[in-house]
Amino acid sequence: MIVRPDCSYAKSHEWARRQPDGTVLVGISDYAQNSLGDITYVQLPKVGTVLATGESFGVVESVKAASDLYAPVAGTILAINAALNQTPETVNKAPYDGGWMLKLQPANAAEFDGLLSPDAYAKQTS
Amino acid sequence: MPALKRTPLFAFNQRHGARFVDFGGWEMPVQYKSILDEHRAVRQRAGLFDVSHMGEVEVTGPEAARFLDHLVTNDVTKLFPGRVLYSTMCRPDGGVVDDLIIYCRGAQDFLVCVNASNIDKDVAWITAQVTGFDCRVRDLSDDFALLALQGPAAVAILRPLTAAALTTLKYYHCMPGTVAGAECLVARTGYTGEDGFELFCRPADVERLAETILAAGQAHGMELAGLGARDSLRLEAGYPLYGHEISDTITPLQAGLGWVVKLDKAGDFIGRDALRAQKTAGLPSKIVFFRTGDRRIVRAGTPVLDASGPVGVVMSGTLSPILNESIGSALVKTGAGELSVDVRGTALKLTPVKPPFVSLPAKL
Repeated sequence: MIVRPDCSYAKSHEWARRQPDGTVLVGISDYAQNSLGDITYVQLPKVGTVLATGESFGVVESVKAASDLYAPVAGTILAINAALNQTPETVNKAPYDGGWMLKLQPANAAEFDGLLSPDAYAKQTS
Repeated sequence: MPALKRTPLFAFNQRHGARFVDFGGWEMPVQYKSILDEHRAVRQRAGLFDVSHMGEVEVTGPEAARFLDHLVTNDVTKLFPGRVLYSTMCRPDGGVVDDLIIYCRGAQDFLVCVNASNIDKDVAWITAQVTGFDCRVRDLSDDFALLALQGPAAVAILRPLTAAALTTLKYYHCMPGTVAGAECLVARTGYTGEDGFELFCRPADVERLAETILAAGQAHGMELAGLGARDSLRLEAGYPLYGHEISDTITPLQAGLGWVVKLDKAGDFIGRDALRAQKTAGLPSKIVFFRTGDRRIVRAGTPVLDASGPVGVVMSGTLSPILNESIGSALVKTGAGELSVDVRGTALKLTPVKPPFVSLPAKL
């Protein structure tokens, strides 16, 4: 399983990555996509939605089951990855890159301290 | 909980990256790499399935054919050595004990292939019915492994491995044959809607046979395929799965399997009166296959609605990797109007479809 060193992780297997412009990208980890298996549908909220930490923001569905997605940090949605409507399998192929789900304006940058470091997340999923 | 049973290919499956699930008490490969890719490989090229969990019941003796004709709904008297028959096996009330495939190996020698999760129930049921018939019933499930090679490239992959006359073996026929050194019952049957073969062989031979077919399949783009793809392939083809489209409480008539219920065959059979009565009275509910025009999968157990309220329940649902939309089956009250389901707050309209959902090769 790949745990990207430039991301922070939620216990519920979402990653968050700070961009140079201060925004945050959110997706699900390699461990999560592998556990779910073939992803067939990703349901995302509208741009402008305000999310609280830990709030459910969508659903990722695989042949096996549908699972809720939770916001790793609070913020306002600046963009969603609409390409996943047509090609949800990108989440399987590139969970940290093309498979990103949300771009957030974080409400509180200090919140990252509450997330798991790559090392801690690697331990949780080993 | 008792330990899960394993097929003789467990080590092979493990070595080739299988992910396992509990399927009716069996630790079975659900996928090797990707359910969707394995599905597409079978439709476009070929896939090799380990289905050794399936049960095999041998019925032999002077009255074997007459007994089977009494036991199942289809007409067994039409069978001859080398001919294969699909049927349901019903209780007196018309509920389905199991669906099965009968392979006629000789005039007094039949092999009945049953669902893995039903082996014990079926053997008990069949044994209880055999009294008074001059034949013998034996559960040989542990004596057979079973491989299914399915897809348009199946003939090309298998032909170099056997002297058996594969190309002249017709759909739903079988013959003994040696494949890659292993003695097999070779049958032109399957559960995917594609051309292909099922190979019954000894458990001791199956690993080498599977490795040989796997190597031969490389050049044809064959993939190992698990139960995940097997389920989506059978649903696209419109084939029933026991416990879903047919069960103790869903008769073959309700499941659209009237073609295997020969109410007018010469011999009496278990369930005939109840099935005839149901046909005369009209079906209270029936299985409807549907497409959704949406990628959200409609899971089994989801209530089906029309304008009046609940009128049924979803029995199977998956994403068709060929249509790129979710498809399924539902048990729906006769006379229901336009059907819909609620998936996480979104209403999806169900469009009834006469299966198969995709175009399948002609069965010759």
